[in-house]
Amino acid sequence: MSNGNIEFLQNHIGIFLQAMVAVIFVVTVMSLTHIIGPKRRTVRKLENFECGIEVHGDARMPFSVKYFLTAILFVLFDVEIIFFYPWAINFKDLATLGFFKMIIFMAPLLFGFYYIIRKGALKWE
Amino acid sequence: MVNKIEGYTIAEAPEGYQGTGFFATTLGKVVGLARANSLWPLPFATSCCGIEYMATMGANYDLARFGSERMSFSPRQADLLMVMGTIAKKMGPVLKQVYTQMAEPRWVMAVGACASSGGIFDTYSVLQGIDRVIPVDVYVPGCPPRPEQIIEGIIKIQELVKNESLRRRSSPEYNELLSSYGIE
Repeated sequence: MSNGNIEFLQNHIGIFLQAMVAVIFVVTVMSLTHIIGPKRRTVRKLENFECGIEVHGDARMPFSVKYFLTAILFVLFDVEIIFFYPWAINFKDLATLGFFKMIIFMAPLLFGFYYIIRKGALKWE
Repeated sequence: MVNKIEGYTIAEAPEGYQGTGFFATTLGKVVGLARANSLWPLPFATSCCGIEYMATMGANYDLARFGSERMSFSPRQADLLMVMGTIAKKMGPVLKQVYTQMAEPRWVMAVGACASSGGIFDTYSVLQGIDRVIPVDVYVPGCPPRPEQIIEGIIKIQELVKNESLRRRSSPEYNELLSSYGIE
């Protein structure tokens, strides 16, 4: 081990020790409370909490993905449009180079848009 | 052991044996001290007593001074169920389920006339006191009670918590009490 490494250790040993003590303390206290804490495991108690109302059905049920797809794609292209505003304002300053940079930015997104249309992700009916 | 900040005692030390640089007491008293000063209330507020509870949690009355500023809206982390307001009979099973799902050990405070006895609503639709469905530790009178009264109730609960035996919740008497309410 070189001198630099030893010096680094000597300077930072306190931080490592403190981190270790913190981790050990948290792990010990949390496991202790789980081991010695009072418990009452009954069926009623371990049911899902639904504000006191009987649980109906399963949380993992199928639902229509159409709305989600439309919404998330809207958000995606909406955010893309946000980037257009500063570009449009500085359109003259950025000149041709800026225009081509924007095309590089747009190309993958437009390709994605083409893919979405071909896949029929936006077809509602 | 008594922490003094500008003359205010944060928590009274339990009885114990004290000498220079050490303090010895029983485990039950230490656990009671810790529990009593960190009660997490689950507010079950259904009517005007709930508004008084909001005032109690606000800056003027400040329940945080008693270690209860952390309200728990899930029963899983709550120690103290505070029922504030009229409980209709249809609400009874819901209240019971919330109580059942609370963390162990748990305490219940009935705030106001309605939660304690049905209050002025002596009708077919209102539960005549929540102790018809769950065991209650402290009743706070009033319609609605002022925040001072709710704080008094909290202090009474703290006294109960401090002096509770660690074995109480596994005693046959306690299990009999729960089963008399139909709670496992």
